[in-house]
Amino acid sequence: MSMRKYISGRFLQLIPVLLGITFLTFALLSLAPGDPAQKKLSAQGVAVSKEILEETRREMGLDRPWGLRYINWLSGLIHGDMGNSYKDGTPVAGKLIKAMKYTGILSFCAFLSALVISIPLGVYCGVKKNGVFDRVMRWFCLAGNAVPGFLLAVLLMYFFCLRIQAFPVIAKGSVKGLFLPTMTLALPLSCRLIRQVRASVLNQMGMEYIDGAKARGVLKPYILIFHILRNAMISILTVAGLSFGTLLGGSVVIETIFMWPGMGKLVMDAITARDYPVIQGFVMVMAVIYVVINLIVDICYHLLDPRLEEI
Amino acid sequence: MIKLKSIENRNYIRRNVILILLLILMIVVISLLAPHLVPNDPYETNALYRKGAPNLKYFFGTDKLGRCIFSRVIMGTRTSVFSALLVVTASLTTGTVLGVLAGYYGGFLDRVVTGICDIFLAFPQMILAIGVAGLMGGTMTNAILALALTGWTTYARLSRGLVMALKNEAYISAARLSGSTGVEIMVEHILPGMAGELIVNASLQISSVMIGFAGLSYLGLGVLVPEAEWGSMISEAVGYMQQAPWAVMAPGAALFITVLLFQLLGDSLRDYFGVGRGGYE
Repeated sequence: MSMRKYISGRFLQLIPVLLGITFLTFALLSLAPGDPAQKKLSAQGVAVSKEILEETRREMGLDRPWGLRYINWLSGLIHGDMGNSYKDGTPVAGKLIKAMKYTGILSFCAFLSALVISIPLGVYCGVKKNGVFDRVMRWFCLAGNAVPGFLLAVLLMYFFCLRIQAFPVIAKGSVKGLFLPTMTLALPLSCRLIRQVRASVLNQMGMEYIDGAKARGVLKPYILIFHILRNAMISILTVAGLSFGTLLGGSVVIETIFMWPGMGKLVMDAITARDYPVIQGFVMVMAVIYVVINLIVDICYHLLDPRLEEI
Repeated sequence: MIKLKSIENRNYIRRNVILILLLILMIVVISLLAPHLVPNDPYETNALYRKGAPNLKYFFGTDKLGRCIFSRVIMGTRTSVFSALLVVTASLTTGTVLGVLAGYYGGFLDRVVTGICDIFLAFPQMILAIGVAGLMGGTMTNAILALALTGWTTYARLSRGLVMALKNEAYISAARLSGSTGVEIMVEHILPGMAGELIVNASLQISSVMIGFAGLSYLGLGVLVPEAEWGSMISEAVGYMQQAPWAVMAPGAALFITVLLFQLLGDSLRDYFGVGRGGYE
């Protein structure tokens, strides 16, 4: 019962944040230099005359005050209308939804791979603390955090596509092409997570309830999985949830490099074409995704740790 | 037992900090003296030796226009180090000033600053930076602005929290009783108390800003083309990576080493000041 109350409370908190996101993204557009009507016309390749400019300005509602324009835009947004692309006039929402599928697949695979890589390795490092493997992993993780995503992408591409020729250079949305972009996103994330998993496993291993479980004769693997790992998951999830933002940011670069037809690729093409509504829509959708994911992480905590309900 | 170990540790940590600081100082000196250190003109093209392998004249080989990669990497140090320092200084000052004011005065100002912070934090940093740089057009100034715009929230939140914890201490009340004004208290009594945390955060931010800046440049949203910068050098050389892998590897290695050093600095400073999470035991 209180769980439901908590979740609905968190959803209510979401409203001002979402309003803030829309406000900031709307304000972002005014950062773009020059007159939007002129930009729209030149993106379409129309010769600009004074009459056409005036006409377009009226069409776009630019003659109205800024606040009113924001409210108009917002009401359109609630109805799923994010404006039309300057370049080809198609709705931005449609473009984003089409691309979102690919970004979703990519980030989901990367996130999952990162968890699959980091949890066993991190637990092993924690259990065999200061062993050879732990020391090696420590340096490996340190180095992994210092490699920018695009550099890793380029290096992986060089070895796997050009040297061994095991994977296609251009992913174009195929299953085989998914492997390298996924790994590029997952490896740096794993490096961060391994440290976190190790630290929380060590933290849990020092707790008294573990001694209690051992004294009661509970089998060691059972303790490791059902006691230590379960409790460690709470802090692992926090870091993982926060890292999702980095993952989304990194996906832009990775998608551009591997030609993965996701939102990152879309926005880079939009930036080249000066297609501002698409950039605006992209920034907003990404923020909303990020906020929603953090909400899900918060709810997961509560499922994992019933004690939090009392607070 | 614990005491003894911590003294030993402290000496070890101090040695660590000094060693890393020396290495970083070296990089800063390289970036300052870059124009005098380069063996060849980083912008001069050599039509007879394009995509050339490393040799005695060109230590790291040449790129597709026959420019000396070693010289370009050295010149790139300057762009990378200075843009990172600029971003960190800008976001550190803005964030700290806003955070301290919000934390100290509380009330309406606090609510406004926290609200703005929350909105900025709703955006993944790199996404907002790409959006801002993409809308304003890709130049170095815009990339720096975009990164600073997303970086200040960390300091605002941090300093606000620290001020809230510090402002009820007895020595602050004593300062107020002895007639110090709000500004005096903030500058003379509160800021020194949180310098450690701020320095640690700043040094950790440097490496992430470097990665971000190189990423923006890679995407063509940072430095404009002929200018030597690691990210844009890599982006340009990817196309002919098969014929001239050194054109990618050299700036990549430079970027990796610099980022790693600043990360190590952040980690060791965190141990030195004993702030934040314990890090790696």
